[in-house]
Amino acid sequence: MKLITHNMLSSNIIKGVKNGYPLGIQATDVQVNEVDFNPDFVARIIPKLQWPILCQAAESIGHLGDLPKELISDFESNEEFLKKAHHILMEIEVKEGNLVCPETGRKFPISNGILNMLLNEDEV
Amino acid sequence: MASGKRPEHRAPPEIYYNEEEARKYTSNSRIIEIQQQLSERAIELLRLPEDQCCFILDIGCGSGLSGECLTEQGHVWVGLDISRHMLDVAVLRECEGDLIYGDMGQGIPFRAGSFDGAISVSAIQWLCNADKKGHHPPKRLYKFFSMLYASLNRGAKAVLQLYPENSSQLELITQQAMRAGFTGGLVVDYPNSTKAKKMFLCLFSGGSVQELPPGLGTDVNNADQSQHVAYSDKRERVKNMRGKPPKKSRDWILEKKERRKRQGKDVRADSKYTGRRRARKF
Ligand SMILES: C[S@@+](CC[C@H](N)C(=O)[O-])C[C@H]1O[C@@H](n2cnc3c(N)ncnc32)[C@H](O)[C@@H]1O
Repeated sequence: MKLITHNMLSSNIIKGVKNGYPLGIQATDVQVNEVDFNPDFVARIIPKLQWPILCQAAESIGHLGDLPKELISDFESNEEFLKKAHHILMEIEVKEGNLVCPETGRKFPISNGILNMLLNEDEV
Repeated sequence: MASGKRPEHRAPPEIYYNEEEARKYTSNSRIIEIQQQLSERAIELLRLPEDQCCFILDIGCGSGLSGECLTEQGHVWVGLDISRHMLDVAVLRECEGDLIYGDMGQGIPFRAGSFDGAISVSAIQWLCNADKKGHHPPKRLYKFFSMLYASLNRGAKAVLQLYPENSSQLELITQQAMRAGFTGGLVVDYPNSTKAKKMFLCLFSGGSVQELPPGLGTDVNNADQSQHVAYSDKRERVKNMRGKPPKKSRDWILEKKERRKRQGKDVRADSKYTGRRRARKF
């Protein structure tokens, strides 16, 4: 599970859950993999992200590094910044652990990198 | 479906796509080729802005064949599938996309406006079956489409290739998609071939009304008939499907006269009386 995905995920498929955002992260195995850097993609995705949530998520698994907690205004043209964002968004992967619904505490296990969001019939 | 029963009738998807079936997606070259062709066509129908890397959802991503096509074209994707075995194959294949084990009929677990587009290859007809006690297909379809709609950027598209069992299934699926707010319709490739015929439900989430691209393998001269069916207006749709105006209507008469003229026959000139009922003669 990459942090770009975590930034978009919501547990609002559970009956009665309103926003289901952001999901908490409990990670027991985090890996870093190299992914090709595409500055255009990163620049285009940043406005769609919840930046503070990204920083919070990265920090909670010990990978914030020197990523600025405040989104800079000229990010589109700042390659250095885009590289850092790329690293956090695309290269850090939670392989084992749980995501946690902020409203119900329901855990969604991550194993072998696959996030399990299958609900029981009584949660639908 | 060449051999016997349709897969959806044999078992629920999480059972049908077992280890053995999942292995075919790495070893059976015919299955692989078909999946790739369908995926490429679905991506083409998404008509994403040229040279732009997008964030795409792959619904029923399975073993990641469709995802590989997305990666090849430079897109970043997330896949959702209900078969653990298929997802395990995707991991073995070292897919670039993030994988979620889940049931599309329970909804799409993403916040509003997450994706630039969505594709699905040979998956959504599974939603027409009630596999569990609480399953109500129209409700599951509606949940799926309404949450898919929300998860897309305004103006984004979803292209879903499907194998409906019959026309009433297709009707049910499109009905629920329209109820959820989508516009769009069906693009049919090679409509005149039983084997090569493929259907793509092309859905638009808001934005301006867009024209559907033409299907492949259709007669260009008949471009407006039979090859795609828009679902914007029911009457219009029925007309398009048949390609003919109702019998004895003015349009029907005009068309018939036109045909006769083309055949070199003697035809009376059109006038405002054409196709009108005549007063009875005494
Ligand atoms: C023909 S396969 C497509 C495989 C995929 N395109 C690939 O590249 O391997 C259809 C997939 O739809 C999935 N599917 C069926 N019903 C589903 C559901 N309710 N939710 C999520 N996935 C489902 C199946 O598990 C299967 O992997």
